[in-house]
Amino acid sequence: MTPDKSLAKKFQSMECFDKGIENSYQLLPSRFVSLSENRYLLTNEVGEYLIVSKKQLHGYVKKTLSKSSEFYFDLKSKHFLFDDDSNVAIQLLGLKYRTKAQKISQFTALHIFVVSLRCDYSCKYCQVSRQTDDKVTFDMSKETANRSLDFVFKSPSPAIKIEFQGGEPLLNFEIIKYIVLSATELNKHHQKNLQFVITTNLTFLNTDILSFCLIHNIYLSTSLDGSEELHNKNRPRPGKNGYQLTVKGIKEAQLYLGFDKVGALMTTTENSLDCVKEIINEYLALDMHCIFLRPLSPYGFAIKNKQTDKYNLQRWFEFYTEGLEYIIDLNKKGYFFTEIYTQIILSKIFSPFGTSYVDLQSPTGAGISAIVYNYNGDVYASDEARMLAEMGDSHFRLGNVHHSSYPDVMLSDVLLDTLEYSLAESSPMCHECGFLPYCGTDPVYHYATQHDVVGHKAVSGFCNKNMKIFRYIFSLLERDEVTKNILLSWVRP
Amino acid sequence: MIKLHTKDNHFVTSTIHEHPILAKITRRSDLIQPLRHRYALLWNPSIHTDLDGFVLILVPYEYREFHGSLEKLENVLSISENLYYLTDDDVIKFYPNSNVVDVLYRRNANSNSFLITERCNSFCIMCSQPPRDIDDSYRIIDFLNLLPLINQDTIEICITGGETTLIGDDFIRIINAAKNHLPRTALHILSNGRNFKNLQLAINLAKVRHHDLMIGIPIYADYSQLHDFIFKADDAFDETIRGILNLKRCSIPVEIRVVVHAKSYMRLPQLAEFITRNLLFVDHIALMGLEFMGFAKTNFNELWIDPFNYQDELKNAVEIFSRYGMRVSIYNTPLCLIPESIRKYSVCSISDWKNDFLDECNNCSAKEKCGGFFSSNLGKVSEHIKPFN
Repeated sequence: MTPDKSLAKKFQSMECFDKGIENSYQLLPSRFVSLSENRYLLTNEVGEYLIVSKKQLHGYVKKTLSKSSEFYFDLKSKHFLFDDDSNVAIQLLGLKYRTKAQKISQFTALHIFVVSLRCDYSCKYCQVSRQTDDKVTFDMSKETANRSLDFVFKSPSPAIKIEFQGGEPLLNFEIIKYIVLSATELNKHHQKNLQFVITTNLTFLNTDILSFCLIHNIYLSTSLDGSEELHNKNRPRPGKNGYQLTVKGIKEAQLYLGFDKVGALMTTTENSLDCVKEIINEYLALDMHCIFLRPLSPYGFAIKNKQTDKYNLQRWFEFYTEGLEYIIDLNKKGYFFTEIYTQIILSKIFSPFGTSYVDLQSPTGAGISAIVYNYNGDVYASDEARMLAEMGDSHFRLGNVHHSSYPDVMLSDVLLDTLEYSLAESSPMCHECGFLPYCGTDPVYHYATQHDVVGHKAVSGFCNKNMKIFRYIFSLLERDEVTKNILLSWVRP
Repeated sequence: MIKLHTKDNHFVTSTIHEHPILAKITRRSDLIQPLRHRYALLWNPSIHTDLDGFVLILVPYEYREFHGSLEKLENVLSISENLYYLTDDDVIKFYPNSNVVDVLYRRNANSNSFLITERCNSFCIMCSQPPRDIDDSYRIIDFLNLLPLINQDTIEICITGGETTLIGDDFIRIINAAKNHLPRTALHILSNGRNFKNLQLAINLAKVRHHDLMIGIPIYADYSQLHDFIFKADDAFDETIRGILNLKRCSIPVEIRVVVHAKSYMRLPQLAEFITRNLLFVDHIALMGLEFMGFAKTNFNELWIDPFNYQDELKNAVEIFSRYGMRVSIYNTPLCLIPESIRKYSVCSISDWKNDFLDECNNCSAKEKCGGFFSSNLGKVSEHIKPFN
């Protein structure tokens, strides 16, 4: 017995309670990626991270670290290694992995109903290829709604969100009412946590619709691209009053339903690039607390009208960072305001739980996180898959509610193949990337851009964009305490 | 400071008692006869009434010479001045051979703790109740006998050790008894959690279905070497973590208790990150200042750190816990040593009988909200105590 020199005699020294052997620790699964010349991001399988120097990284991997250094204990505490003194790390890592993956096991939570393809707008970037608003053949029927609801309640997920999309879904409000009432009735038996969202341009909002939303706790999600000039340029409608209608609708919904019940999304066009602050100011003026600085997606009219060619990723990234700096400044001045994509990534970095954002999951969220029921009963693996189909490529069509069963759709070759190919953990370049725990795969995007669901990441816009954002977010986290605390306050645990 | 253990008590009449007795205190000399056998009467001798049947009659110390006027009575005990705080529903244990009175339960206490064993499987360097390897199973019998005497409106009782799970099957037995006798009272059990590495023990505990139970378990560090060193036990870290996982697997509420001292304060933020990442499902975190009793006194020089000097680590840790939505409290630390932004997490946690303040605290406007000091800590206090105005 070696007494601890500093403690009273009967207490042994720290070494007596360390069964670890110098330089014989075991590595736990981890990945790294360089952030700058001498800074590496080291991540473990569940997204815990350390920023380390080249020397530290070498020491860790080559097992030359002294087991009494603080860095060794940091690595041990965050489960990058374990030694002979303790092996509970394996059990905890397993627990954390299951926690992160829990949402996958729960299966499809988001069910998108395309209740009409009709729309009163004629946006050049429309990603869903709307139809003019008098063609009722593009409306969902009661029969299709009923069959789709059968599918919805077959999902084992304890939480079900039904999102109404279009076109402009309020042009077919009768079917929305029908679906909400039927789903609520069905849920008396199924007892799910059931939510509804209508994605709408708010043109046709009226007090009847608002009362219905209030009674059934329905959320509204709309599009607001910025100032009046920008919004109306991006989103033309006859009468050139899209902006006025949208703002009026947002205010009414806020007043009637509550500020938390109405949200807005923006889409970045070439016209937006120079005015990110003005765009954010529009959201501030409407008492909103978040914005989603979204680039254009390569689907629908955005492709047909060559909108996506009008600016490159680098230019969008500058737009995004300028916006984020402005938002951080707002927070410094005491106004809580977030950028949603950044918030999702921060949550993926710091939360022990998985996020439900469909486009950053591995395996892909297509089909198993979100599923789309088109107006005609066609079932798609994601909203983007449906957009692709409207362009003539129905690769990701999983079936049709009228002649496919739920197992037909869920066990369809196209879905199973897509899921199998979309495991980032086994995709070329992804499997070794230090950002993997925060990223995901987007097979529909890669199919649309490279005709391959896996895609070559070196030329992938998806990979390129996310890598830029990850690096930028980690640089912000290291910038100073104030900035870091602001970003941490955005995390949804 | 309130004395719970007194010796200067004297019989002023003859007594029939030979063995230790448990008795509940009452001031009602008109208590109906059949109930009196479990009561000790706090008697005001100026009131003459029928006093038959009380197990003890307690009179103030001044009556120790009054043999004559009490001659017809039995079992009259003059009690120490230190026991004048006794009141209705308190429970005492009296030892007739030594005239010792131990106060086991106080109706008005801010906490009532019961030591059910002094045995332990660890040897923590700052243990305030150093373990003794003795047969003290009488403590379990005492506790079982005491339970029916405790007022059912008591908000919370605490069972402590030693290591409470070392009493074997009696562990489940006493929790069952606490549930049956005190159906509205919360039960706080302190354990080092190691024995819950055996899932069956957690299952057995869950099967009691106690209405309001919490197990308080210490974690001292975010990695095994340091935790085991403080615990003075190999494998303590792994066993404690597995124990917590098993308890939570059985949906039993768990509190993590972190004692802050010179050997543990440095990695408080890392420990907070470890807990939020690995044990987010735990129900409460207590960050506790050190009580200089027992081994903490023995190892004082190695363990003492002025709480003022770990403010940054404490603040950082509290912010991490609260950011993750965990319920966190700061125990045993005067308000003036806690950074302002986290003062709202401070709790008056020190049991009233061992709680004290400094003279300068009388000028402090925040004294009412402050947890103050352990009486045993007054010998060495922070150099940064500063009354609020």
